Amino acid sequence: MKESPEMQQSVALGTAAAAGPVTEDLKHKRGRILKERLIELLLMLAGLVAVFTTVTITVILVYESLGFFQFVTVWEFLTGTVWTPLFANPSYGILPLVSGTLTITFVALIVAVPMGTIIAIYLSEFAPHRVREIIKPALELIAAVPTIVFGYFALLFVTPLLQATIMPNLPGFNMLVPGIVVGVATIPTIASLAEDAMRAVPMSMREGAYAVGSNKLQTALRVVMPASVSGVVAAYVLAAARAIGETMVVAIAAGQNANFTFNPMEAAATLTAYIAQVSLGDLEHGSVAYRSIFAAGLILLLMTLVLNVAGHFLRRRFRRTY
Amino acid sequence: MSALAPTGHDRQISELRALIASGKRKQVIFAAAGVLCTAFAVLVLIAAFLDLLIDGLPRLSWSFLTNFPSRRASEAGILSAWIGSAMVMLVTIFAAVPIGVGAAVYLEEYAKKNWITDLIEINVTNLAGVPSIVFGLLALGLFVHQFGFGEAVLTAGLTLALLILPIVIVSSREALRTVPSHIREAAYAMGATRWQMISDHLLPYSRGGILTGIILGMAEAIGQTAPLITIGALTFIAFLPPTPVTGEFPFLNFAWIWSEFTVLPIQMYNWVSRPDRAFQLNAAAAGVILLGMTLVMNGLAIYLRYQVRKKIKW
Repeated sequence: MKESPEMQQSVALGTAAAAGPVTEDLKHKRGRILKERLIELLLMLAGLVAVFTTVTITVILVYESLGFFQFVTVWEFLTGTVWTPLFANPSYGILPLVSGTLTITFVALIVAVPMGTIIAIYLSEFAPHRVREIIKPALELIAAVPTIVFGYFALLFVTPLLQATIMPNLPGFNMLVPGIVVGVATIPTIASLAEDAMRAVPMSMREGAYAVGSNKLQTALRVVMPASVSGVVAAYVLAAARAIGETMVVAIAAGQNANFTFNPMEAAATLTAYIAQVSLGDLEHGSVAYRSIFAAGLILLLMTLVLNVAGHFLRRRFRRTY
Repeated sequence: MSALAPTGHDRQISELRALIASGKRKQVIFAAAGVLCTAFAVLVLIAAFLDLLIDGLPRLSWSFLTNFPSRRASEAGILSAWIGSAMVMLVTIFAAVPIGVGAAVYLEEYAKKNWITDLIEINVTNLAGVPSIVFGLLALGLFVHQFGFGEAVLTAGLTLALLILPIVIVSSREALRTVPSHIREAAYAMGATRWQMISDHLLPYSRGGILTGIILGMAEAIGQTAPLITIGALTFIAFLPPTPVTGEFPFLNFAWIWSEFTVLPIQMYNWVSRPDRAFQLNAAAAGVILLGMTLVMNGLAIYLRYQVRKKIKW
């Protein structure tokens, strides 16, 4: 232990013998406070990484897109129906990629919304505790499957299966099959978010319905569903955002050619598939093709952002109600 | 007293019974639909796994794990891919765990109700909804070109760390929230500072839940393909990064984080997109390993969470 000047001073001043350790304590305390402040600062910085990430994503996408729009007018980009940036005579109309993305998302929602909703109602209103304990982890496992695996499954199992059975004319690359597979992959999202919303409906509302003679199904469909509707819709919206951002299934099974069509029986690239396809080639940093993937990414981010914000507000409104 | 017409009364009762019976029937039908929908989804998972297994099992052998990719499908293996995956995961763990757990501790224990806290919370929620390929674009612009890391293991690891940050933060926060406040108060009463309370009590008591979140994040990261394609991870890598552990002092070598790499899902994507059936079978074999790993990790996380819930004593 070093003798601090204060300590000598306090001894010299003839204060109580205990004063020495006390001032030593105070010094120690100052160090502690400093250390605590430092740790708090470090932890706050860790939290700010999330903010930094969002800001950087926005800045990079906007910056590179601005470079892209020096070659291509915004009007041409947003209204053009031909997307051939890698051709000798390039054309930059984003609509074919948007139509591909929307078609696949639509097919996915047709699969995922009814099934996800039914599973959610079943889990929240009907399933006995033990069945829930089995179904919920099973859904979690489905959500965890790497999308590349689903891509293999779509291209080399589901498409040949449909071709061999009910759709002999289905082309090898099409939007229907990836849409269905993405739909199945999104069922867990809808089921778990919608179930959360339904379980948040207070028991007293169900008891009120039972008291006037409703059975479980009537209670579920006419009381719980309407009461949780904004939460359930939020689940659909968030699922749609996930389907829009899905990459590997569509890159593998929907084809690589931009095709302005809403017919799910045709092959068409999506925004995500285009980004993946171009990135695989040798990209010259700063070229128009390089910048075009950021422009496509910006459209993609805007589409998911709108849905995510809408979903967020719907959920918040729902939470505030109960 | 029996003013009611007996026949009318009986009819009313039987109508009521029929109504109740039909209601019950509908309920049974609906419950069956619920089970069927779940069964369908699970069946798809099982079909995907079996499909991979049937296609890939003949290719699964020791040499498949120890061979480099090759132009000949029968000689190709996933050595560079699984080692690449392991190295990328290592970087991801070292980046995502301190940042994710740190952010969770900050939000749960330190954050005051102010705009900085709101900003962080909104951004964590928002990041969870950003498509994974957009993280790839971020990495391409920031890590590859701005920071000049190149198409390296470090770039990939950091990208995936940012991607799984929301998972780690959300589950760590949940774990911290399960520790009751009287534990905190007891620590403060003994004169502990906030950080002493956190490091000596909060983190040890919530480590099961935190670990669950980390495993879930890792499982998510290991299957990610799109963001790594975007940063330009190469599909044909027939060499290994330098080993992290060396025989000479200081025994650790960090050259590997600058090395070019490939990972399992990218190798699989490369093989699946070839028209040659023999390569597609290789893709299936790689897929069996990848899917097996994710399912095991998720199973572990589910089991761990179950154990944690069972062990909670307060």
